[in-house]
Amino acid sequence: MSETIEKLERLDKKRKEHEKKEIERSSIYLKIFRANRATGEQAHYDTVEVPVQRSTTVLDALLYAKGYKDHSIGIRYSCRMASCGSCGMKINGIPRLACYTKVSELYGDTITCEPLSNFPHIRDLATDFTQFFEHHKDMQPYIQNENADIKDPSKLSEFVQSPEDVDKFLQFSYCIKCGCCYSACPTVAMDTKFPGPQALAQAYRYFADSRDAATEERLELVDDRHGIFRCHFAGSCSTVCPKGVDPALGIQLLKGHMLGYSSNEKKIADLKERLMRK
Amino acid sequence: MEATDRNNREGLKAWLNPSRYGAERISYWLQRLTGVGLLGYFIGHVYETSSLTQGPDAWAAMLELTQTPMGHMILLLVIGMSTFHSANGIRLIFTEGGKGLGKPGRPDYPYDAVSLNYRQKSGIWIALILAAAAMLFGASVLFGGE
Amino acid sequence: MRESQIMKIHYVTGIAALIVVAVHIMMRLIMPYNMSLEYENVVANYHNVPYVLLLESILILIAIHGFNGLRVILLEMRQGRNWEGSITVLTIAAMIAIIGYGTRTILVANGLEMGQ
Repeated sequence: MSETIEKLERLDKKRKEHEKKEIERSSIYLKIFRANRATGEQAHYDTVEVPVQRSTTVLDALLYAKGYKDHSIGIRYSCRMASCGSCGMKINGIPRLACYTKVSELYGDTITCEPLSNFPHIRDLATDFTQFFEHHKDMQPYIQNENADIKDPSKLSEFVQSPEDVDKFLQFSYCIKCGCCYSACPTVAMDTKFPGPQALAQAYRYFADSRDAATEERLELVDDRHGIFRCHFAGSCSTVCPKGVDPALGIQLLKGHMLGYSSNEKKIADLKERLMRK
Repeated sequence: MEATDRNNREGLKAWLNPSRYGAERISYWLQRLTGVGLLGYFIGHVYETSSLTQGPDAWAAMLELTQTPMGHMILLLVIGMSTFHSANGIRLIFTEGGKGLGKPGRPDYPYDAVSLNYRQKSGIWIALILAAAAMLFGASVLFGGE
Repeated sequence: MRESQIMKIHYVTGIAALIVVAVHIMMRLIMPYNMSLEYENVVANYHNVPYVLLLESILILIAIHGFNGLRVILLEMRQGRNWEGSITVLTIAAMIAIIGYGTRTILVANGLEMGQ
């Protein structure tokens, strides 16, 4: 209990420090990247002045610009509350969610908005996520367990999981696939076959899940030339992640299992169960 | 899957500019740079030493070429690079095996990543300080007049 | 060979190289630096069997660690079957070549007369 109170106090202190850094302005200039791949429109920047308040987010500002200044600005967004991961873009050179970045957090009178790097460009601030999602699918992001016979209802039962077991992977399941980590990763910037931090963190998310039985298959999936060992812990993915997923942590933990640093808890649990049965 | 579309990839620019993402990104950049530099030095050193097989004159000629103030400066740089690469490499061997990163938990706002913790930052600083100390010691030996 | 196995070798060679290189540098410092580079002293080093073994191990460990590091960087730079195949072959060839060349120096220097 006292630990929780201490944690809350610490967080409150951080929030207050954060608020102190806020910069008050009545308007800002948005410097927006403009280009259309399909029509061959050359890349250029348009600058638009937008009125702002203390809580205005970059997405609010962009939507104001789109609504009242230039209807043709291309932008992808949906939930406006950091849940859908649609509005990822480079804001002042760093990948962020536009709906989650307040104008008051950013220095300077001009805020530069560009499409995410490392994604094929479509138009203005919108990028193509096909490759990114393919990498995610390659990791088989679903529970695999042959004991669960979904065809025979009589065999269907709940998977029992303790809160400790949940904590091992829960953080990684908060990923909203916004692509910020993929855009910040220096290996993705060079290596087109590298799955990227998002996909690799998901590989760990299912690997660490006590309900999943495809341990070996998952390790084999990422153990190749362009696999998990092309991550060199530059940590940029975790720096930019807006949901606290910390992909770098998951990737290193998975590497630890592959290198034999960490004991495989699932195997130990299996052994214990077998011994108990005997 | 065919992943050949390089459209909008940052490419080399991403690792040549480490300034945007914090200490771990800079350490990644330095580790690569020092690695490439040390490999170059290693090849040069093996070649330079081979002059020994051609007799004392060839050896003396090679020494004349390398034991110069510029040669010593390069050697100093190599000392710094090898110390940083080694110290940071040891940190990375632990880190890349998941050691010293903390445990997964339930993230809270403002979502500071547990893996980018003080242990990593101190490790990077220790590597930098050791490199500087080794360079100072190297300078005292190389330029000390002994 | 699996990438995890290659990386295990990379880490082990890295740590081992650190130890042997440290000994190699110490050997340069047991006498004044300039004196340690005199022809007779260097040749004498090559007649000391444990030191020769140390030099050979440095050669092998750093060649493996360094060229594997280079392979990783080059693999990340470009992708494609031909490129990746060539990189693997070239880095292994370079590794063998530098070990061969360095070993030749060690063997020839070991055969040189002291004080020649």
